[in-house]
Amino acid sequence: MSFDAVRDLYQDVILRHGRNPVHMQRLEVFDAAASGDNPMCGDRCEVRIQYAPDGAVGTIGFDARGCAISMASADLMVEAATGRPPEDIRALASDFYGLVRTGDTASENTALAALKPLSGVAEYPSRIKCATLPWAALLAALDGQTEASSE
Amino acid sequence: MVGDAGAMNQIGPRIPGVPFNVDRIRQDFPILSQSVRGKKLVFLDSAASAQKPRAVIEAMSHAMETQYANVHRGLHWMSERTTDAYESVRDQVASLLNAPSRDEIVFTRNTTEAINLVAHSYGRGVLQPGQAVLISEMEHHSNIVPWQMLRDAHGIRLLVAPVTDAGELDMAAYESLLADGNVGLVAITHMSNVLGTYTPAARVAALAHRFGARILFDGSQAVVHRAADVQAIDADFYVFTGHKLYGPTGIGVLWARAELLDRMPPFLGGGDMISSVSFEKSTWARVPHKFEAGTPAILEAIGLGAAISYVNEIGYDAIAAHEQSLTDHALATLSTIDGLYIIGRAQDRGGVISFTMDGAHAHDIATLLDRNGIAVRAGHHCAEPLMQRLGLDSTARASFALYTTHAEIDALAENLERVRSFFQ
Ligand SMILES: Cc1ncc(COP(=O)(O)O)c(C=O)c1O
Repeated sequence: MSFDAVRDLYQDVILRHGRNPVHMQRLEVFDAAASGDNPMCGDRCEVRIQYAPDGAVGTIGFDARGCAISMASADLMVEAATGRPPEDIRALASDFYGLVRTGDTASENTALAALKPLSGVAEYPSRIKCATLPWAALLAALDGQTEASSE
Repeated sequence: MVGDAGAMNQIGPRIPGVPFNVDRIRQDFPILSQSVRGKKLVFLDSAASAQKPRAVIEAMSHAMETQYANVHRGLHWMSERTTDAYESVRDQVASLLNAPSRDEIVFTRNTTEAINLVAHSYGRGVLQPGQAVLISEMEHHSNIVPWQMLRDAHGIRLLVAPVTDAGELDMAAYESLLADGNVGLVAITHMSNVLGTYTPAARVAALAHRFGARILFDGSQAVVHRAADVQAIDADFYVFTGHKLYGPTGIGVLWARAELLDRMPPFLGGGDMISSVSFEKSTWARVPHKFEAGTPAILEAIGLGAAISYVNEIGYDAIAAHEQSLTDHALATLSTIDGLYIIGRAQDRGGVISFTMDGAHAHDIATLLDRNGIAVRAGHHCAEPLMQRLGLDSTARASFALYTTHAEIDALAENLERVRSFFQ
């Protein structure tokens, strides 16, 4: 018995970001913030954002506790979303939700490439929420809400 | 019990005096020979819900195939036979709990509904605003939320007795809360579904009574592993849920002293719970029927009866001895894993073991184990306040049943070593 079979889920990138999330930081100065909860497992993620003068999301920080999947997803999200206008982020989020639910994507959005390592969660229905939790918080912050609705 | 003697033998009851043989017992549980993700199933999540022996499955289908109708209302053979089968389970439950009277057994959907019934009927009907309900820090949400609802609707205060770092009820704090709390009712778990701790039930009940409070035990976990005796512990209310006791879902039990049930107004209204109905006024059926509105869970009760027979055939002594040996083995084996922390160190504990691991979140542990066919639970186990008390967000939990083997615990330990190196 070994865990080779879970490598589709726990790729090296995920283990790396899950263990040492480089963007985990609480922004002291921010324009919007929202939290998301995963009541089933007690995971929590707060996302704070700062807008750039042109209206794009200039800086994103998060503060979270959770499993390797949710931590890695938050970290990769910051990398993929930083510097983009809110509409782009919403479109990216929607592509990302499709990716983690189906394991694949027809989207040509190049920003999605960095998020592909998370596509393995599609095989683990109970873990999809772990991957989407930080995105739910980010989307809520973009909408001016403080709590992400748990779908 | 339903079924003729010949069929029963094939279902596989123990022969009295034959020693506990887990391999034989496992043959009674069809699901245990299933594979999961290509691996042999190692089911270590029985505290959430236990698997069902063939005796339970067959008792339910046998009833549906041979004698089934609504209860308490038909004048025909089928209804009479079904009523007998349903009512005989009340006797079985009464003897399981050593209740003084069968009329003190109320069937509910599960533990949750039983506690809600008490919170509603005893809480609003007997407790007075300003009195307190005392629970503990290690309660399942089902023994917290109904009391909060009562607090908000009826002006009852809710007090919480702390647990120690070892995960035991803090008896001194419990006593002082009772001493000055005007406590009307204590509602406490008989065995924690997170820490495996047994509550010293007789002592806890004696203290409650000394200060004039009544006491309810949540026996959801306890009744699975040890014989419960409501007279020996001097309980006032005792509740449990059938699906953890190898029975089907949809059936639970409330036992309460007759004098308390008599004083309590009904919970739900409708058919079966009345004595007479007119548009001006209805009168209630006698206890326990007053609390069983509508068509009850007939088949599920029959299934529960079969589960109780099954457990009795094996015997609580044999079950407790087997599970104690499993628990000792698991505690010893898991303790040797670097970076693994067992949560709760109660002196008196059973086969429910929560743990955390450095560098690995409970969910990740559960997903990896699942890949090798091992089912454990991960999360807050419906006990968020306890998690907060312990400073944890979640734990992984392995829980044992009468069909669990030492080899399964070894497989768990071996795979946890792998989990550790995976996340290192
Ligand atoms: C200690 C305890 N109390 C109450 C419950 C609730 O049982 P049910 O969901 O069957 O009502 C459980 C199990 O989930 C439990 O372990």
